[in-house]
Amino acid sequence: MGKKHVDAIIVGAGWAGAILAKELTEAGLSVVMLERGAERTTQIEGAYPDSIDELRGAVRKRLFQNLSQSTVTIRNTMDQTALPYRQLSAFLPGEGVGGAGLHWSGVHFRVAPEDLRLRSSVVERYGEKFIPEGMNLQDYGVTYEDLEPFFDKAEKVFGTSGEAYKVQGKIVGNGNVFSPDRSSDFPLPVMKDTFSASIFRDAAKNAGYHPYALPAANASRQYTNTYGCQMGPCNFCGYCSGYDCYLYSKASPNVNILPALRQDPRFSLIPNAHVLRVDLDSTKTKATGVTYLDTKTRKETSLSADLVILGAFQFNNVHLMLVSGIGKPYDPVSNTGTVGRNFVYQTITSSRVWLPSSTYTNQFVGAGGAGVAIDDFNSMNFDHGPLGFVGGSPVWVNQAGMKPIAAATGAGGGGTPRWGSAYKDALINTYKHSLGIDAHGSNMAYRDVYLDLDPTWKDAYGQPLLRMTFTWKDNDIRMNQYVVSKIEPVARAMGATKMNLVHLNPGQPFDTRKYQTTHLGGGAIMGENPQTSALNRYLQSWDVSNVFVIGSNAFPQGMGYNPTGMVAALAYWAAHHIRTTYLKSPGPLVQA
Amino acid sequence: MKWPLLAVCILGSSLAGNAVAQDADNATLEKGRYLAAASDCAACHSAHGKPEYSGGISFSLPMGKIYSTNITPDADHGIGHYTEAQFGRALREGVRRDGSTLYPAMPFPSYARLTDSDIHALFVYFRKGVKPAPISPPKNGIVWPLSIRWPLTFWRLAFAPTPTKAIPKTSGEFTDPELARGAYLVEGPAHCGACHSPRAITMQEKALTATDGSLYLAGGAMVDGWTPPSLRQENRTGLGRWSEDDIVSFLKTGRAATGSVFGSMTSAVLHGTQKLTDDDLHAIAHYLKSLKAADQTQKPWTYDSTITDQLHKADLSYRGARIYVDRCAACHRTDGKGYPSVFPPLAGNPVMMQDDPVSLIHITQSGATLPPMTAAPSSIVMPAFKHKLTDEQIADVVTFIRHAWGNNASPVSTEDVKRLSKSMPPPDMADDALSLN
Repeated sequence: MGKKHVDAIIVGAGWAGAILAKELTEAGLSVVMLERGAERTTQIEGAYPDSIDELRGAVRKRLFQNLSQSTVTIRNTMDQTALPYRQLSAFLPGEGVGGAGLHWSGVHFRVAPEDLRLRSSVVERYGEKFIPEGMNLQDYGVTYEDLEPFFDKAEKVFGTSGEAYKVQGKIVGNGNVFSPDRSSDFPLPVMKDTFSASIFRDAAKNAGYHPYALPAANASRQYTNTYGCQMGPCNFCGYCSGYDCYLYSKASPNVNILPALRQDPRFSLIPNAHVLRVDLDSTKTKATGVTYLDTKTRKETSLSADLVILGAFQFNNVHLMLVSGIGKPYDPVSNTGTVGRNFVYQTITSSRVWLPSSTYTNQFVGAGGAGVAIDDFNSMNFDHGPLGFVGGSPVWVNQAGMKPIAAATGAGGGGTPRWGSAYKDALINTYKHSLGIDAHGSNMAYRDVYLDLDPTWKDAYGQPLLRMTFTWKDNDIRMNQYVVSKIEPVARAMGATKMNLVHLNPGQPFDTRKYQTTHLGGGAIMGENPQTSALNRYLQSWDVSNVFVIGSNAFPQGMGYNPTGMVAALAYWAAHHIRTTYLKSPGPLVQA
Repeated sequence: MKWPLLAVCILGSSLAGNAVAQDADNATLEKGRYLAAASDCAACHSAHGKPEYSGGISFSLPMGKIYSTNITPDADHGIGHYTEAQFGRALREGVRRDGSTLYPAMPFPSYARLTDSDIHALFVYFRKGVKPAPISPPKNGIVWPLSIRWPLTFWRLAFAPTPTKAIPKTSGEFTDPELARGAYLVEGPAHCGACHSPRAITMQEKALTATDGSLYLAGGAMVDGWTPPSLRQENRTGLGRWSEDDIVSFLKTGRAATGSVFGSMTSAVLHGTQKLTDDDLHAIAHYLKSLKAADQTQKPWTYDSTITDQLHKADLSYRGARIYVDRCAACHRTDGKGYPSVFPPLAGNPVMMQDDPVSLIHITQSGATLPPMTAAPSSIVMPAFKHKLTDEQIADVVTFIRHAWGNNASPVSTEDVKRLSKSMPPPDMADDALSLN
């Protein structure tokens, strides 16, 4: 019996998958998108007010991965035995149509151009010896100029609100002075500053820094995007991260791309389809299709396809490559192989500042993508020479909206009591008069920080779990401490009466119990050398040329910026080259 | 140019004879497909989840339940045995193949206006362009003696015009070809009056065309829990403040700066008007804009910011204001202006000011889903509030909306809401039932 054949299979219904599906159907291909989770639409479960039930949402993790079926194992160092990540805490991968693109906040950055060629930049400025032993510092193999049209395209799909600094070489506004030139302005005007962001803006400016409004994929106005999909305007309700926006204001695949795709007869989406593997031919150089499990019926189905796109979450892409035998698994001992190499995270610490009781920050107000940031300590924007570390952090006040249960469990911070009237006073004080300041930093790649298949633990489908070997390294800890030290004087200038400044400490291991960020990266990185990257500069597998792997898995380093904008641009970039070159003559786009 | 495809085929007649005939057949079939959309046949004859045009949608009439018929070319269950003449007679005169009379749920008094060439195209489409479906709708639930059809013949003879009378009446009244086309579509295939014109006690539409007087399209009685508003030029309750472009956008995408489609009209846009050409939609809008107000006494609506100013000062003293701010303002805004084409305005929206508040109460109770349209793929939802608000709260908030921003319509009582809970349409969710995990 012949398998059903389609032109292209896309694994994962998040941003990467939705963008590739749209591009490939536009190119005339028949596309099947497989999503392991459930169908999700704004008009059903995203509808107000059920969508903003905090207990069902952020507490019981409605939109997140079901760890009882599949998860990862984690250890800090290679001499430890990894254990399964059984409760969602440090990072929150999405599940269901929309993926992490449905539950994200909406901070929609481009990239700091020098982050794309970080190794070259560091070497040019400080010499080869500046790079610490064991750090796998690498360039992406693409430049900002290569990607600019695709950042531009993505912003017009996402309905991104922001304030530009430079458009076509001309300074046009009060945007980020460190940001690169743009071919056109943001499609929507900048989001308004919350009060907390506005006082940070003033204090940062007075301190000589260069504050700017975060670019937000939260619509500041109603918007109809490139695909005719509509967004409503954000009202700062604060239910962004962890929720499906009932106002259609936060960009998501569900709001911004899938409505148009669902009308295309060449497109079909199969939810509850857990992809078990990419099927390869006997040479292991060509994918023949994929095999997936219907999680409702437990029935296995194989589909055949000419082109396979992995658009799942970062570590799921790496997992699929490893279980399918795509490329050579990374071995940290011999420092060979590429799949699993350069697994990275971000170095993020969140500090809290309390203001006098006459000053109201009203923490319940918020928009996930909005806020005010400075880039003075991000990327290569400052002199690392005397500091002796690589990387940096934007610093920002991103008042995303504190929900009631989160407020009650967070309470007063520092040494305040956990019960009684003092607890209640502190809780109220925090809710009304405090603000958060984040150092949202980069994370470098190291030879002994990587992903591989766990030798012991298996998922509910009998496949080995992916194993993370990860901990904080001295370079990143020192970077974080340096940047956090810059927050204190700014916070004082804002009128802080109390501060809870949080930074990493030397020797502090990665702790999975506390939420840090879902911005995982690397593991199947892009690059110019098949010995040190799993993907070429078009995100095509070096080893199996009809497999493209789209996502933050392609990042050689964890950057200071939020990754979604970069993922979207890389998705459009890869799609462009698939459409203009690959489809005309399938095969490697770069000769190894 | 109404039929560009046909014109191209005729111009291309230097091709081989067979190919021309084939193209002409295809053009006729496509014209029939288009007219079927314009006539909104699917709204009544295509049930969700069943083969296209296989019938089975129920209609609750005072005398019992009837079901729409299978109009696919299936010989046993559909209309496969109908000749073109019989088909035309059923459409335009309400006479079945066996000579008995159709229930006037079938809008044959409007279809009487269809031209012979349009009947031919529809016949070709329903013969060759629709898949035969061998299924029958459920049996009508009308009990004897009301199930006897011959009294319908008297109704038909008394109230339904013959094509010979109807066709010249619609097409002959307008010298402007755009108005004539608009009149033909609205009064004929689109049968707008079936819902939007008032009916007499004997159920016939009080006016079937613009020339029958100002009751035509002046607003109808409740259908499926929704009260069709006037499509004439009343300033407050009609289309007086809708531009031609607003009407076109509404019919093409279900959404316009002035309002969004909901209730029974959703299906008419989804299956019907969105498929019409821009030229035809403009003709319809142009024609509707030509219909003078039936009620000439309405004081023009102007925006009144009193309530907005109060809300901006956190003054929630007006009845229903707090519920409005908590439940409605996120999308419709405290100034009632909404976010045009995404979330419709309530300020100055004719539906808010209708004498009969039933549509407003029902949409608050049941919610509404604006489905994806070809030219506007986003589905926008208004949630149902029946299980979130008490009858009293719904009465309060509806009263608030009817009062605010210059709407100045009459208040609504808790009793009204309670009574209307019975006719409340089922909560309106998107077409496909999706799992809520």
